[in-house]
Amino acid sequence: MDTVTLLNVLVAGLLTGCVYGLSALGLSVIFGVIRIVNFAHGEILVVGMFMALVLFRWIGLDPLLSIPVVAAVLFAFGYLLQASVIQRVAHLPEHMQFLLLAAIAIAMVSGCLIVFGPDAQNVQLDYALDSFAVGGLIIDKTRAYAAVAAVALAAALLAFFRFSGTGRAIRACADNYLGAQVVGLNVSRLYAFTFGIGSACIGAAGCIILLLVDVHPYLAPGYTLLAFVVVIIGGMGSLFGALLGGILIGVAEALAAEMIQPSLKSAFSFALLILVLLFRPQGLLGKAGR
Amino acid sequence: MTESLLGIRDLDLYYGDAAALEDVAIDVPLGAIVCIVGANGAGKSSLIRTIQGIEKPRRGSIVFKGQDITGWPSHKVTDLGIGQVAEGRQIFAGLSVDENLEVGAFLPRGRAGKAAAKDRVYQMFPKLAERRGQIAGTMSGGEQQMLAIGRCLMGRPELVMFDEPSLGLAPAIVQEVFGIIEKLNAEGITVILVEQNVAVSLTLASSAYVLENGRIVLSGSGRELLHHEGVKQAYLGM
Ligand SMILES: Nc1ncnc2c1ncn2[C@@H]1O[C@H](COP(=O)(O)OP(=O)(O)OP(=O)(O)O)[C@@H](O)[C@H]1O
Ligand SMILES: [Mg+2]
Repeated sequence: MDTVTLLNVLVAGLLTGCVYGLSALGLSVIFGVIRIVNFAHGEILVVGMFMALVLFRWIGLDPLLSIPVVAAVLFAFGYLLQASVIQRVAHLPEHMQFLLLAAIAIAMVSGCLIVFGPDAQNVQLDYALDSFAVGGLIIDKTRAYAAVAAVALAAALLAFFRFSGTGRAIRACADNYLGAQVVGLNVSRLYAFTFGIGSACIGAAGCIILLLVDVHPYLAPGYTLLAFVVVIIGGMGSLFGALLGGILIGVAEALAAEMIQPSLKSAFSFALLILVLLFRPQGLLGKAGR
Repeated sequence: MTESLLGIRDLDLYYGDAAALEDVAIDVPLGAIVCIVGANGAGKSSLIRTIQGIEKPRRGSIVFKGQDITGWPSHKVTDLGIGQVAEGRQIFAGLSVDENLEVGAFLPRGRAGKAAAKDRVYQMFPKLAERRGQIAGTMSGGEQQMLAIGRCLMGRPELVMFDEPSLGLAPAIVQEVFGIIEKLNAEGITVILVEQNVAVSLTLASSAYVLENGRIVLSGSGRELLHHEGVKQAYLGM
């Protein structure tokens, strides 16, 4: 493989990885604050993809432009899910929470199957086959747009947590639950808000992924697993870690697909996961020992 | 008879089947320093958490500024003007000093006068002003206690409940903490004080209650309890 091909593969992997990073941010935010492992992650993402598909077929909306709508709907979904259901199981042991979220996940996949059927569907964009030529590099337009959108949204999310009053209050809840109650924060509401933000983020990632991948209901479990791998590699609870992990996985998958076999790309991600677990179990940017 | 700011009647609190508070009645006059004395596990922190709405009582009533706030969620109670400086400080260790103060002013009540409240806190605690960008968990115990007090003041409370504010601090800092409590009280803040340091806190207190196994067994003015034989033996080591 010559250098130009290698570079092309690396860049494509890096761009895809940005989108993986955004998706993983959604998982990381929810876990980092509410301490709930969202086993319905991939399902929320796939619902986001289908919503973008419908908007495209219905009014010809570009999936990137459907992000605000999809994110708003999934924010409401996440908020209500946390406020009405998940909050009630917060005191139960983790395996029982797992069952609840797994059930929600199954219901979501089944719903998608009923409405959209099992076949893969995609959007036909007029720029789908265009590319930018930068030096000797050839970059797909869809992939470039996808990465730019993902990075912009991730930056907006990080800025929200760093600079806004509500973002600060949410970090305070994650930092010290009793402390948050002591200053009178409405912790349940902030948790619901956080689940909403996380879901919106996952939904946005779904819209973006629709540029790159055909959608069908059975994609969901794979994306749940992928987000877990990304978050564990990056470090549980570290938002920058989720982005870094996403980019690493994107690059590893692209390299594996090009150099060995497309069907082996997940094997590479898991190899990377095992290496991280062996040598840095807290993840690349995670803090050791909690 | 002075005006009552907080009145508690017939208060019962249970954790599961275990009673933590039984038949508790307390009166906190406007502008007073009311001291709660009791051994470990007597229920002092439980009482404070119940007043703030973090724990829900099984029975009884809590009236603040003439409003029955029994069973209110903690964010509404806090927004009405009840603040707490909690046992173990409970600051946000991973946030900066300034962010801790900002979060303290998150509720509408605090947000309304945030800038002025922050100026006042930084004036009162110059150390915090110097370290406003520092991650709170990396500060010394004394500084963290000042931050916990400052964070509480950011909510602009009328009543502040201090839960063992001198715990684990060096004697000089303990003096400082008591000085601050007196100063805040002189500025018009009503105080409920729970302290290990019974001798000093009874000296400050206008009235005091002794809590044993979740029940009030004795009450009176600070001075009366300071000279009470039982109190002397049990809490003053005399
Ligand atoms: N969250 C809880 N769940 C169950 N039991 C609790 C809880 N918090 C306190 N208790 C119990 O209630 C009783 C009163 O505890 P509390 O912390 O109010 O006492 P305290 O007077 O503040 O003690 P200390 O001086 O040690 O701070 C104790 O027996 C304690 O074990
Ligand atoms: Mg206590």
